Amino acid sequence: MKFDLEGLTVHFPYAAIYPEQHAYMGELKRALDARGHALLEMPTGTGKTSALISLITSYSLASPSRPLRLIYCTRTVHEMEKTLAELRLLFAHLPAAASRSLLALGLSSRKNLCVHPQASAAAARDSVDTACRRLTASWVRDRAASDPDSTPLCDFFESFDRAAAAGDLASYMPPGVYTLADLRALGRDRGICPYFLARQMVKYANVVVYSYQYLIDPKVASIVSREMQKECVVVFDEAHNIDNVCIEALSVSIRKQTLEGRFKATDANRLRAEYNRLVDGLAQRGNLPISDAWLANPALPEDILKEAVPGNIRRAEHFLAVLRRLVRFLDGRLETENVENEMPVAFVASIHSQAGIDQKMLRFCYDRLHSLMLTLEITDTDEFMHIQTICDFATLIGTYTRGFSIIIEPYDERMPDIRDPVIQLSCHDASLAIQPVFERFQTVVITSGTLSPIDLYPRLLNFNPVISRSFTMSLTRDCICPMVLTRGSDQLPVSTKFDMRSDPGVVRNYGRLLLEMASAVPDGIVCFFVSYSYMDGIVNSWNEMGILQDIMQHKLVFIETPDVVETTLALDNYRKACDCGRGAIFFSVARGKVAEGIDFDRHYGRLVIMFGVPFQYTLSRILLARLEYLRETFQIKEGDFLTFDALRQAAQCVGRVIRSKADYGMMIFADKRYSRHDKRSKLPGWILSHLHDAHLNLSTDMALHIAREFLRRMAQPYDKTGSGGNKTLLTEEDLQNMAQDAMEM
Amino acid sequence: MGSMTIGAKYKTTLKDPGTTGVLRMNEDKFTFTPHDPRSAMKLNVDFRSIKGHKFNKVDGSKPAPPLLNLSKDSDKGGGYMFEFDNVTNRDLSRDFVGKQQGTIPPKPNVPPENSVTSTGEEQLSAAEMQRRMKLLQEDSELQKLHMKFVLGNILQESEFWATRKNLLEDEANKGSKQRPGFKSAMLADVRPSADGRTNKVTFSLTTEIIHQIFAEKPAVHRAAEYLLRTKNTVAATAEAAEDEELAIFLKNDDILAKEARLKIKRVDPTLDMEADAGDDYIHLPDHGIIRDGSKETIDNDGELARRTLSQDLNRHAAVVLEGRSSDVELTDTKTVAEAIARSKKEPPSSSISDDTNHERLVKVARMTEIEDLQAPRSLPYAPLCIKDPREYFDSQQANALRSLGGNNDGRHARNCRLSTDDAFDHLLGQISSIKVNGLNYPVIQSDVALKHWAAIQELLQHFWSSYPITTSVLYNKVQRIKDAMTQIYQKLQDIKESAQPDVRHEISQLVKPMTQALDAAFNHDLEQQQKSSKSGNKPNGF
Repeated sequence: MKFDLEGLTVHFPYAAIYPEQHAYMGELKRALDARGHALLEMPTGTGKTSALISLITSYSLASPSRPLRLIYCTRTVHEMEKTLAELRLLFAHLPAAASRSLLALGLSSRKNLCVHPQASAAAARDSVDTACRRLTASWVRDRAASDPDSTPLCDFFESFDRAAAAGDLASYMPPGVYTLADLRALGRDRGICPYFLARQMVKYANVVVYSYQYLIDPKVASIVSREMQKECVVVFDEAHNIDNVCIEALSVSIRKQTLEGRFKATDANRLRAEYNRLVDGLAQRGNLPISDAWLANPALPEDILKEAVPGNIRRAEHFLAVLRRLVRFLDGRLETENVENEMPVAFVASIHSQAGIDQKMLRFCYDRLHSLMLTLEITDTDEFMHIQTICDFATLIGTYTRGFSIIIEPYDERMPDIRDPVIQLSCHDASLAIQPVFERFQTVVITSGTLSPIDLYPRLLNFNPVISRSFTMSLTRDCICPMVLTRGSDQLPVSTKFDMRSDPGVVRNYGRLLLEMASAVPDGIVCFFVSYSYMDGIVNSWNEMGILQDIMQHKLVFIETPDVVETTLALDNYRKACDCGRGAIFFSVARGKVAEGIDFDRHYGRLVIMFGVPFQYTLSRILLARLEYLRETFQIKEGDFLTFDALRQAAQCVGRVIRSKADYGMMIFADKRYSRHDKRSKLPGWILSHLHDAHLNLSTDMALHIAREFLRRMAQPYDKTGSGGNKTLLTEEDLQNMAQDAMEM
Repeated sequence: MGSMTIGAKYKTTLKDPGTTGVLRMNEDKFTFTPHDPRSAMKLNVDFRSIKGHKFNKVDGSKPAPPLLNLSKDSDKGGGYMFEFDNVTNRDLSRDFVGKQQGTIPPKPNVPPENSVTSTGEEQLSAAEMQRRMKLLQEDSELQKLHMKFVLGNILQESEFWATRKNLLEDEANKGSKQRPGFKSAMLADVRPSADGRTNKVTFSLTTEIIHQIFAEKPAVHRAAEYLLRTKNTVAATAEAAEDEELAIFLKNDDILAKEARLKIKRVDPTLDMEADAGDDYIHLPDHGIIRDGSKETIDNDGELARRTLSQDLNRHAAVVLEGRSSDVELTDTKTVAEAIARSKKEPPSSSISDDTNHERLVKVARMTEIEDLQAPRSLPYAPLCIKDPREYFDSQQANALRSLGGNNDGRHARNCRLSTDDAFDHLLGQISSIKVNGLNYPVIQSDVALKHWAAIQELLQHFWSSYPITTSVLYNKVQRIKDAMTQIYQKLQDIKESAQPDVRHEISQLVKPMTQALDAAFNHDLEQQQKSSKSGNKPNGF
């Protein structure tokens, strides 16, 4: 459909539109008009993505002076695929002239894009990268020029290179939408390397879909996203965890294994040539061949000193000596028996006094190493991963004096018997990593189904949105049914509170709850637990109690494991089981990978049970340090932050069941603590508005009764467009009438 | 007299569980073909050798199966015992046999009274036969029609079924879609039993359990195969299932990992989390925060192939979903092992060219769409929206009738240049709508009239589909159908006349469409006859 939104013609790929999508587009348009940032919360299952891309695309089609440049950041590759599929749908509905000229593509790592038969066969990401470098590095190709027989090259890269030199890369990639699979197919078809083609075409593409890291992590961003212009609209979808992504991007940890990486440098001639280059201050020449590009400096671009590498590490042997001293120093610190917590300034001072390395030398470690590795023509970069980590660490502590802390722990508190010392440099300030993004781009849109409380995010990320709004969901019928379950059938309270979670009564009550629900709810059920260890424990207990066997009489059981391959296959099978009508239960972990981005919509999830409140492990030193920092810098109370964090995870987990208004699902929060107002009130508004007072303090049998009623109600036919004045589905005609009414007003 | 085909069980004695198969009877003999082609219980007996028949009384009080005993010699008691699924079937065959016994003995050598019956008899596979029988059993309406026309010698068996090809095909597809599966329950239920005297612990494993063990634990399966090849003793394989050493020797995880690698390529990209592992730079070792309390340290060091409960659960569920690969009756360990090996060998369908997989793209696209913002796709199903069940089912029936007409459409267009099919379609549509409306009137006698409706429908269908008459077979058929139609027509008239005056109008309203349809057919026939007599002999003889 096509409609007019405050003077803008919007192309929308569906025949009707939800009112909240319409409102969402309106806010977004205002943000684009004001050329400012926006923070928008809209419930899952109301078509955020399609509203977003439709509006932004239509906006730039309407104003030729601002051509379409959209950077769409997703958390995961599978979300990237979903977004690209939506884009494909949208492009098919655009006017022919527009859709013929637009290019949208997804970008991922070599591992997901490589089509070289040998290189892509490597299992891990790093070995694919290495295998690729072995075939494509500039010095390998130089050698091949003189000795073509013994030096294998990648044909796909060679044809890419020829095309790039001739400047006709665009002819390889006609406008359209390219998912990763499409890129691979194109690469095989045309005999060109899809990874490098995509990397080059990112500059010309109208829409780029890629992972957060490509924009936030300075190591990656300065290679991949360097040439993005200011006019780009940046969207962070599913951004409820964006602060965590930001702090992780600037955090490094060093373990015993890290320090065992060794370094051998021999070639004297090359080193001398390199020395000359360094004197000229050309550490980063800026125009490296694309195939040599490597992870960039871990510090943010403007924090990197534009200076020559300090004299005392210019010579390779001197630099190596410095590194050796640094490693020895860190090794010594790891020997500690106590937990130590230091600020970067103090740590740098102690390095200076004990190892004789000053802050400036530390700061240049990374660049110096990078240059050295290029000189030595090292292709097997994964062997040098560890030394690279150490240099990352050194550069970060050399660059930043606040917002970080260094925590040395001899063991994980949860497993005090196993000695596993670690030096963790952790960033506490999410605003550090994202600041350059806000400064560089005109409009940054942060959106998710869960951004409550919405005023917290601008403080955490330290930015000023021009638009900040939380939308509710207009429902045709009560298609979500949240419940708070506080007691089992025996009226004893259930909770995952630390002192209660291993109580057999609680374990049994949780098991009975699931069993009763499995017998009443059709198709898929998803269960979220507070942690892996808790899930393992409770599933084992259920197995011993025989509850698991009873559950399996009703449905097949799948579990998320730390192994992604296994989990992916389990998910695939889970869907098959739901598709074929057998029904299944998926056990998953809040904060796990499944909770992050897998949808359990329609029959894939008719019920979500959130067992417990997914608090972080509150005794963690890193978390404590972060809480302290937040209190001091942003005046955010510890308790508030912890509750906020736990509840956004819980809301995120249960929000995965709804995809559209035709869909329906139940959500059970199974913990007595959810009935407390201070916890519950942190849930997003769209859940709270459906949480009836009568559903706040349920026992298992009451919940079962409500579930049966709900399912029966949902099975009845209903009017999709909503009844009377409460329209929940707008057609083109409705929108025209609305526009007219507004005019008359 | 025609012939009769019915499903039955042949029993040698009363206690015998019996062999299921097909009992076919015609004028002078009956044959019994078991479903299992290997069975030796084939019969081909001349009716002349049958001296009498007996049957048991079946009433609700005793759960006795309906039996029919055809005795060879009344005094000796030797004979053929058949068990039927229900009493109706038994009575049908009893009546048939009774007729045969009355007619056959005096005339040993009667030439078939019309050649059509014998030439029209087609050779049917057992499966086809079975399907037809099943349909008849499930649908009593169909059975009535079958009885009336086929046994009444108006239509032939093959003619009757020709119009129901789609029904038969549905039945055939239905059969192949259902596969036996595993139980959802885990193997943990297999508890060892000790006899108390010795230290021996016995596991009682059924073939089903063995099959499941093999499927869930490929290493055990491989070990069993190995043992079979070397020792070739079936007993040893059961041991293999429990033989820890062998299982560890042939590492389970490696085999599973290899399978997983193949499978992951076929996974829906919207849930491929494995791809993330390669994209997320945070998954670089030592980058990001490892111990902030939200994530847990996962011990990669203790990689000593410990399969946890969760892995077992996933594996079990996957195997259950895959289902049993073959329906071969699994009798012993050896066949089980072989069956699994065979199913594994099926070539993995195109592991590399997955990128261009169109089907997957379509699926992803469908998953992305927001369903209620879009007009529904044209599904071949009526939307399930039952407000008034009676109305709903009536409309469904009308739909079915319409589609029936639609099916004939194609054939008409091919065979004849006359536009009668259009007329017929139109008529049919009107009739069905009237029929629906008629049902809504509270007419008591309407049921009586409607009973004929199905019969008329059937006859008309055959009537119209045999035009233009090009062969003598068709000619004969039309004659037979015409006779039957005349009879029904007469009956309809009787109903109309016998009706009470106060409902007569409604009855005639109800009957009218039927008589109209029949009239149209008769008129058409008359026209054709006149035409052929006018134009003299047609080149093909008619």
